[in-house]
Amino acid sequence: MKSNLNVFLKGIMDVSPLMIPVVPFGLIFGVLAIDIGFSPLETMGMSLIIFGGASQIVLLQLFSGGASSLVIISSVGAVNSRHLLYGAVVSEHLSDLKLIWKIIISYFLIDQAFAISNEYLKKNKQSNKYFHLVGGGATCWVIWQSTTFLGIVLGEAIPDKLGLSFAVPLTFLALLVNDFRKLINVVVIIISGLVATIGFNYIPFKAYVIVSALIGLFTAMILTKVIKK
Amino acid sequence: MSNWSLIIYCGIITYLTRFSMIALIKKEMFNDRIREILSYVPSAIFPAIIFPAIFINDSGLFQIEDNPKIIAALIAMIIGIFSRSILATIFSGLASYWFLIFVV
Repeated sequence: MKSNLNVFLKGIMDVSPLMIPVVPFGLIFGVLAIDIGFSPLETMGMSLIIFGGASQIVLLQLFSGGASSLVIISSVGAVNSRHLLYGAVVSEHLSDLKLIWKIIISYFLIDQAFAISNEYLKKNKQSNKYFHLVGGGATCWVIWQSTTFLGIVLGEAIPDKLGLSFAVPLTFLALLVNDFRKLINVVVIIISGLVATIGFNYIPFKAYVIVSALIGLFTAMILTKVIKK
Repeated sequence: MSNWSLIIYCGIITYLTRFSMIALIKKEMFNDRIREILSYVPSAIFPAIIFPAIFINDSGLFQIEDNPKIIAALIAMIIGIFSRSILATIFSGLASYWFLIFVV
């Protein structure tokens, strides 16, 4: 059996290509937060306490637009409600763990770590395979905290003309490349994407993410049933 | 509400979205049908992040004309399908985006 450290390192290795776009994302977050009027300490606090890039950007957008605290908190919750689905997917592999490990791993259940460990957890049987998820999550944690810090320090020195925020959707696109070859996946991708684009301005509290995801999953539920018969 | 309370409440709600399912779901609740549907979770969630980031501009409006992100994303997708490489997908997308905004 592979040692805990080996599995942890494998998680770091697997997640590292996904970390490249996190760098500009973290920088942009740091710069934006200061620009909007949060103190450096509060900005670091957001990255440490929330630790969810997309939702932190949503927080900034709504805050600068003068939204009420209730709207901001529920929007952050709605954007992050996708973790409910990640949790449901990985929970099968974590159910034998002690509560303390579940508490720790939950903090690291982020998009990139989920994406790489989902595959790993399915393919591997050994009892310490969850260290893969911890390795991926911890790597992202280090990158996210350090780039937030750099963004705070460097501030305006970073040109926003480069369009680095485009690296974020590209990361998620890269995570789907294997799914573009499968018909049901392609249909689910298109439906979820269309619902999100149309719902972006109409679904309140930024809940378009979870609404599109649930409609996408519902589509998958029907298609997998129909196509099998 | 102070900034710090706002941040802490946002942190608590975010943590709960991550922890609740891991804490509540038991292994016995899974069967092949549930596993099959859950395998579509990435395909169902990621487009909800990708599409608006490409098609909705900074002013919150749908933009299809004069939008280099659409072409760059298509190039990245094609490169991704053939290379099956995460890095090649991200870099081809960024490179074509920069080419379109700075050169063309």
